[in-house]
Amino acid sequence: MSNQSTSAPVLRVEDLGMYYGTRSGDVKAVDGVSFAVGRGESVGLVGESGCGKSSIAMTLLKLLPENGRIVGGKILLDGTDLAPLSEDQMRTHRWNRIAMVFQAAMNSFNPVYTVGDQIIEALEVHIETSPDVSMERVRELFELVSLDPGFIGRYPHEYSGGMKQRAGIAMALACEPDLLIADEPTTALDVIVQDRILKELRDVQQALNMSLIYISHDMAVIAEVSHTVGVMYAGRIVEWGETVDIFRNPMHPYTQTLMSAFPSVTGPKHELAMLGGEPPNLLNPPSGCRFHPRCPYATDVCKSAEPPRVEGSDTHWAACWHPLEA
Amino acid sequence: MAVADTGVTEVGTRPLIKVEGLEKRFPVASHWFRRSHSSVHAVDGISFELARGESFGLVGESGCGKTTTGRLLVRLAEPTGGHVLFDDGEGAATDITTLRGEELKSFRRKAQMIFQDPYESLNPRRTIFDTVAEPLKVQDACPPLERLDRVSRMLEMVGLSPPATYLFRYPHELSGGQRQRVAIARALIIEPIFVVADEPTSMLDVSIRTGVMNLMESLAERLGISYLYITHDLAVARYMCSRIAVMYLGKIVEMGDTEAVLQHPKHPYTQALLSAVPIPDPTATRAPVQITGGVATPLDPPPRCRFYSRCPIADDFCRDNPHPPLETKGDGQRVACYNA
Repeated sequence: MSNQSTSAPVLRVEDLGMYYGTRSGDVKAVDGVSFAVGRGESVGLVGESGCGKSSIAMTLLKLLPENGRIVGGKILLDGTDLAPLSEDQMRTHRWNRIAMVFQAAMNSFNPVYTVGDQIIEALEVHIETSPDVSMERVRELFELVSLDPGFIGRYPHEYSGGMKQRAGIAMALACEPDLLIADEPTTALDVIVQDRILKELRDVQQALNMSLIYISHDMAVIAEVSHTVGVMYAGRIVEWGETVDIFRNPMHPYTQTLMSAFPSVTGPKHELAMLGGEPPNLLNPPSGCRFHPRCPYATDVCKSAEPPRVEGSDTHWAACWHPLEA
Repeated sequence: MAVADTGVTEVGTRPLIKVEGLEKRFPVASHWFRRSHSSVHAVDGISFELARGESFGLVGESGCGKTTTGRLLVRLAEPTGGHVLFDDGEGAATDITTLRGEELKSFRRKAQMIFQDPYESLNPRRTIFDTVAEPLKVQDACPPLERLDRVSRMLEMVGLSPPATYLFRYPHELSGGQRQRVAIARALIIEPIFVVADEPTSMLDVSIRTGVMNLMESLAERLGISYLYITHDLAVARYMCSRIAVMYLGKIVEMGDTEAVLQHPKHPYTQALLSAVPIPDPTATRAPVQITGGVATPLDPPPRCRFYSRCPIADDFCRDNPHPPLETKGDGQRVACYNA
């Protein structure tokens, strides 16, 4: 665990909301989300498809599709609020200070340019450098993510899946961002490749003392990369805390189910938990606590009123009317 | 000579499926107009048995040949070598690799497949009823007037209840978990005794996944189905399969009771695969993964052990000898390694 996380946060998100406008109404993909990420800290956002975790990433970088709009809240990056910035103003922050690794790295490169040229282009757009210096920097980046510098002049199709993901990480690190957002960067990869990418990501993060937001549906991966975990459900963060606390003493019933629904290869074979029902439609989310239709502990109050934030410790809270004993 | 009909009671007698030296090679042309001289060895001479009522797992990384094996076993692909003996208990075992016409059609009635992606495997322009009733129509398995009733009962069985609310909806109106239940219903409606399930839960969220896994398990028991369960996820295999085979580059490298293989892996590849699986516990530490490099190419592999180039314990003997045969080692599992 890093102790740098106690210093002033790099990122503070306050009551952030982002809706997608559709013909049938607004999809409330991110709704009243607040959290902070310390310098050098690694935060994991975990949740199932459609819970809003990738939408948060796109909102933080302001890479929203046309129908997505920020409806409220602040995105404070070292004190500067990114939420009201125009696209031009945003460009000075994006990639320089806040960068992203995408899930489909294979698709995030242009197939007709070499990978090296694309990283150099990213460098030259954001930092004024000479071609020689850029080339040197690309070589450094390739070594940082354990890619053979001989591949700098190769095209994306010549890279394997794991290599493309490494190149994606190299590109995101090009301008030494303060904060890196990684959205399911290993989901499409085999476990042995995933293992190596996770290790490299952790090493790079520590070496550069960079903050990391790691987004995944996989509790096991989150357990390995994050100091702190935020559990998301239906556009909201329902539980937040240090990774050990979340895994040892989950307070929210959803976190508990998520945890025990994961089969394990080692250790005793436990009964797998299951949830009835389906994740809610965010066009018209359930009233009160959004988890109440699927929650085994739900009572009348859960249906009508927003759950309070209950603190288990200074660093651990859950939004629930009936939190489990912490 | 046939012993009673199919059912779970016969486990341990004659195997339902006996695979012998199964092989599938895909020719690769070096140039558009040239004839092909090299080939991808997708499945390279594998043998195993699948008992009645058993759930047998094929695990491995992408490109190891597990899906191709599954497709060969239901004849969605033609093998280039080897035999698959299918013994439905009604007479002598038949080699399905040579079936044609009507014989093939009647085999398909007993062997079905469930695909990985329920977003791709259902026709978006057909209602749930049309999709699930299709096998009944093709196989002429029940009179048209009874189809509605039969489909309704099947939907109920896969947990889509009440069926009336699903029958005339389209796939886009359903969630991923519901779609996969429809795909299961379609595979099971003609009462097959053998089902190849190709990563049936890998596209589903965890909270939905357990439900689908439990459903497949209970249906196997109720309907006397044997599964070939294909997955890249060792943890899922642990819950679904009594025995597993680990594949690497078209070969089975280790095979045995699931717990024996996962708790005491003998092959260096199985060991690496297991130590690479993240543990959902922040205080746990994993043994470092011992192997390096990526999966070698299956294009005309050298005759030695397929794992040679990445193996941490390979020696000169491994280099100079053919791919090792499967031999019984450790807790009764069979391992293809000279040094394990």
